[in-house]
Amino acid sequence: MSMTTTGAGTRKLTIARAMAEATAQEMRNDPRVFVMGEDVGPLGGVFGNTRGLYDEFGAERVRDTPISETAFIGAAVGAASDGMRPIVELMFVDFFGVCMDAIYNLMAKNIYFSGGKVKVPMVLMTSTGGGYSDAGQHSQCLYGTFAHLPGMKVVAPSNAYDAKGLMTAAIRDDNPVVFMYHKSLQGMGWLGTEKGATVPVPEESYALEIGKATVVREGHDVTLVSLAAGVHHCLRAAQALEDEGFSAEVVDLRSLVPLDRETIRASVAKTGRLIVVDEDYHSYGVSGEIIASVVEHDHACLKAAPRRVAYPDIPIPFAPTMEQWALPNADKIVDAFHQMMLS
Amino acid sequence: MNHTPTTEQRLWMYRHMVLSRYLEERIESLYMEGKTPVFNMAKGPIPGEMHLSNGQEPCAVGVCVHLTPEDIVTATHRPHHIAVAKGVDLDAMVAEIFGKATGLAGGRGGHMHLFDAKVNFSCSGIIGEGLGPAVGAALSRKLQGKPGVAVAFMGEGAANQGAFHEALNLAAVWQLPVVFVIEDNAWGISVAKQASTAVPRNDRRASAYGMPGVHVADNDVEAIFSAAGDAIARAREGQGPTLIEIETARLAGHFMGDGEDYRPKGEKEGLKQRDPIPRYRRQLLDAELLDDISDTDLVEQAHARIEAAIRFAQDSEFLPPEAALEMVFV
Ligand SMILES: Cc1ncc(C[n+]2csc(CCOP(=O)(O)OP(=O)(O)O)c2C)c(N)n1
Repeated sequence: MSMTTTGAGTRKLTIARAMAEATAQEMRNDPRVFVMGEDVGPLGGVFGNTRGLYDEFGAERVRDTPISETAFIGAAVGAASDGMRPIVELMFVDFFGVCMDAIYNLMAKNIYFSGGKVKVPMVLMTSTGGGYSDAGQHSQCLYGTFAHLPGMKVVAPSNAYDAKGLMTAAIRDDNPVVFMYHKSLQGMGWLGTEKGATVPVPEESYALEIGKATVVREGHDVTLVSLAAGVHHCLRAAQALEDEGFSAEVVDLRSLVPLDRETIRASVAKTGRLIVVDEDYHSYGVSGEIIASVVEHDHACLKAAPRRVAYPDIPIPFAPTMEQWALPNADKIVDAFHQMMLS
Repeated sequence: MNHTPTTEQRLWMYRHMVLSRYLEERIESLYMEGKTPVFNMAKGPIPGEMHLSNGQEPCAVGVCVHLTPEDIVTATHRPHHIAVAKGVDLDAMVAEIFGKATGLAGGRGGHMHLFDAKVNFSCSGIIGEGLGPAVGAALSRKLQGKPGVAVAFMGEGAANQGAFHEALNLAAVWQLPVVFVIEDNAWGISVAKQASTAVPRNDRRASAYGMPGVHVADNDVEAIFSAAGDAIARAREGQGPTLIEIETARLAGHFMGDGEDYRPKGEKEGLKQRDPIPRYRRQLLDAELLDDISDTDLVEQAHARIEAAIRFAQDSEFLPPEAALEMVFV
């Protein structure tokens, strides 16, 4: 693939390009790596994250599949256990319903059932998120659903730098990794694009450790914890709060499994306030887990009850008026902070 | 048996193809509002994905002309032609596509999730997932001793989904009144049928489930009419399910905004030359079932009906945003 370089360390990539670049670099180094999924071949993926791979590596290693998710995700488990390192794509995470058995009963459990003797080095990449009126079967995040089930690592980057490093790490990992990329961050013009996700990305290969959160903005009045698209809402809210004279710290989780509880706790210990922002459903999910992780460790560090800005417990509506109303955004985060300061 | 449509049925099929096509032409232009010069799916009066069915109208009318409102239809992410032919309330359907309060679901579903219980129509955006519900509806009729057949429409891509094989077997082992209709438009997004399907024709898969498999070539309205007539009659008589595969044509992209670079050069132009609507018009004119005047009349009436539905949708309000919280349960 050709990349435009604007100078060392300043070349910006979209998440889609960063994922494709990490994949290409690993495929060049390791003949065991191959890609399977719907429209990942000549089309380069509906969300652009396999663009260029088919031209470089051909149809044998970049395989368009039938619409048979149970079969090809199950096949990835089999190939991974037999010494290959497959990367498979579930086009929208919402489609997990037709193939979850291959994911959570096979991919996520075979290592354990074999007492660690069988490895499952595979990456399941899948798109998440809404905001563009694709309704309730094409807009979910389902972070909590995947993170809840033991046996698979789960990552969800908020920018292209992290996406490349996490993708490389995921491919090299001997465990199954679910790589969840948010559609609004992909840099596909037709989905509208969060500018903050397109950042400088080094050309050389690098891996980021899976399971490390990062503080993307420092502050001392409140900790805003989120992942993927939510991080950008938090950064906008932090900016708005700064204008009001408050300083918000923003923690980008990057990984849900393993979850970096230390970084979250350290931040909340400093700020004394916690707001979790999650585009996934409110109940039984990531936001509850983050809050519990802080509170069960030390509730005395909190100056106020923690809050969450999450998706209401409803299927995602089509009408833009309803969908936009239901989605988390910077205003809701600022509001949550105000409420917190009032109580 | 070779079924021949009556004049009334022929004109009904033609009129519903014209209705569906014009609806989609109007949706196409309205969808693009707010999406130029930069195509952003979230913008304009109709945001989100838009899968047009133009070219596939014969499949819808050739099957649905045999159905009554009591019969059940499940459709796909590409549902408009089938909804029109099944008699879904046009005003409420178009309003749903616009996300308005007067829409079938008040705007909660949108174009891929159209439900009209009055005519037993539903659709879903998950490939292969319409088959199980069709089988279940047929079972329900059997258990309740009520008449009715269920028709599950799908694309040829769905025939590689597990649910396809499970549903066919289930319908056959219980001898349920179901007809499975595959609209083979040769493409599943960018993946060609021959690259994804091990057999050239899916109707041959019927034999694996002990049911008749019928193939209809060339997007031919009356051949579809005949094949569907047979299958639906068999279902009504308690003789069990049938699988039909129809060679049809997707005249548009997979969804609006699709660059279609994967199509071989000239394919689309060739398909457009065999556009089934002008072809059928010619056939009806030649058979003297239609003349230029009655054709103009029919077309104008169809256009007026669609314009009225679009006006209805445009003039309707959105529900208040908080209505998003309602209807999770009844
Ligand atoms: C289970 C599932 N997998 C993948 C998709 C994404 N997808 C939407 S339409 C489509 C192609 C469908 O092809 P086909 O069934 O032939 O119908 P057509 O689009 O040609 O009408 C795909 C892969 C989906 N909606 N559901």
